[in-house]
Amino acid sequence: MKEIKIRTHNLTLFYGAKMALNSISMDIPEKEVTAFIGPSGCGKSTFLRTLNRMNDLIPSVRITGEVLVDGLNIYDKQIDSVNLRKKVGMVFQKSNPFSKSIFENVAYGPRINGLNNKAKLAEIVETSLKKAFIWEEVKDRLHDSAMGLSGGQQQRMCIARTLAVEPEIILMDEPASALDPISTAKIEELIFELKKNYTIVIVTHNMQQAARVSDLTAFFYLGELIEFGKTRKIFTTPDKKHTEEYITGRFG
Amino acid sequence: MSKRKSITGGLFIGATAFSAFLIIAIIILLLVVIIIGGKGTFSWEFLTAFPEDGMMKGGIFPAIYGTVLLVLIMSIAAVPFGTITALYLAEYAHEKSILAQTIRFAVRTLATVPSIIFGLFGLGFFIKFVGSGMDDVFLGGQLKWGQPNILWASLTMALLTLPVVIVSVEEAIRTVPREMREASLALGATKWETIKRIVIPGSRSGIMTGTILAVSRGAGEVAPILFTGAAYYLATLPTSVSDQFMNLGYHIYIMATQSANVDQTLPIQFATTMVLLLLTFTLNLAAVIIRAQLRRKAK
Repeated sequence: MKEIKIRTHNLTLFYGAKMALNSISMDIPEKEVTAFIGPSGCGKSTFLRTLNRMNDLIPSVRITGEVLVDGLNIYDKQIDSVNLRKKVGMVFQKSNPFSKSIFENVAYGPRINGLNNKAKLAEIVETSLKKAFIWEEVKDRLHDSAMGLSGGQQQRMCIARTLAVEPEIILMDEPASALDPISTAKIEELIFELKKNYTIVIVTHNMQQAARVSDLTAFFYLGELIEFGKTRKIFTTPDKKHTEEYITGRFG
Repeated sequence: MSKRKSITGGLFIGATAFSAFLIIAIIILLLVVIIIGGKGTFSWEFLTAFPEDGMMKGGIFPAIYGTVLLVLIMSIAAVPFGTITALYLAEYAHEKSILAQTIRFAVRTLATVPSIIFGLFGLGFFIKFVGSGMDDVFLGGQLKWGQPNILWASLTMALLTLPVVIVSVEEAIRTVPREMREASLALGATKWETIKRIVIPGSRSGIMTGTILAVSRGAGEVAPILFTGAAYYLATLPTSVSDQFMNLGYHIYIMATQSANVDQTLPIQFATTMVLLLLTFTLNLAAVIIRAQLRRKAK
């Protein structure tokens, strides 16, 4: 069994008076892919965003319980959310390049960390783009605007941008939901490659995708964690009737 | 439909069309009268020469120079201050907080205060309070800052144009997509780094629009500078911010009301009006174009 990278304990989240997550406790292992599935509004994206404190940005959110990353509670007063986010990277549903060049997009993270050495930056940009399987496509136009890339390329560039900060965990919020099948396949291949070095948590609407890329799957429904286990088991012999109904497409 | 109803309907359509036409006709009439009156006087020399002969002849260069200088100093004061206020409102203030609502109320109120009140405020605050205070403290009571000059006039004008800057910049800041801010924060940037590297560059065209609109407003207003720095006539250009200055709008007012021979200066008045209109029209057009591009980008 691999080491536990993220552990949540009785994590409950309210949007104003509405409970969006109800006492979620789960252990996410290191260097594996954990997928969150469930119908829209079940809390899976909200839960993902508690793992790097992205929900801090929404004023009405109130959280109780714990999220431990490497054993430290990230909601502890002493933890700096800025440093946390360097360790826990995030890739969003809609690719969100900055209106800057490809180079400057990828160099953004290292730059805000105070790196200004040109050769060093160029090296980081190159390795990050290579790790995200997009180097060959963009190496001749690094200084063109990232807005000119296709949707799939943008998303892989955003992954490269996340990798440039050298995180240990990468959270992905439906990273392929807006992409065509070929781009989706590339992203999935990339996830497979990345899990050798990174702990990956992915939210997906696409059941086949969860089955293909993940080692573990968690099924959420109405803010509750219904079932969590090995992907193979969840997709073949789930313990809960609800999980089975969702996976076989009887509701959702 | 009864006959009477169709008649009232027809009358109403006629009235709306007439009103709309009237607006266009007034603009055209205005432009035609000004151009006919001013075109004989308008020339390169008119733009570059000093007034002569008790302002009955010559050009209006000092008034153009003074107006440009006025809006320049005004922008240096109003744009950074307005941008920072807009940033506070859009990024830091809690939408429903008492402070934010008070600021918004103040901005709206500031925008509706008659411009002559700004002039009086400038006289009372900048000249009598700040300026005289500076003279007392630094110059032992010698009169230097406690009198009208281009700095006080520019700062007074900056107060008047501040709402324009704040509203334009805030609108632009809000068009920077949330996704981009989130991307920046998720990469470990602080809020301030995100504002500096993503939000401000993304609002550049809005800051530009706000500046241009403020400049065009500031170039046309006369009341705020009446008691704070504008001069009737100066033989030399201002060389220091403690000098007085000539101004296009004020120049028109002077020639129309204080001139020795108002009829003789009529062509100069028309030509000066042409210059002022051309200036503000060009600036407004530029602002409209930039704003349209900004809106398109936001979609």
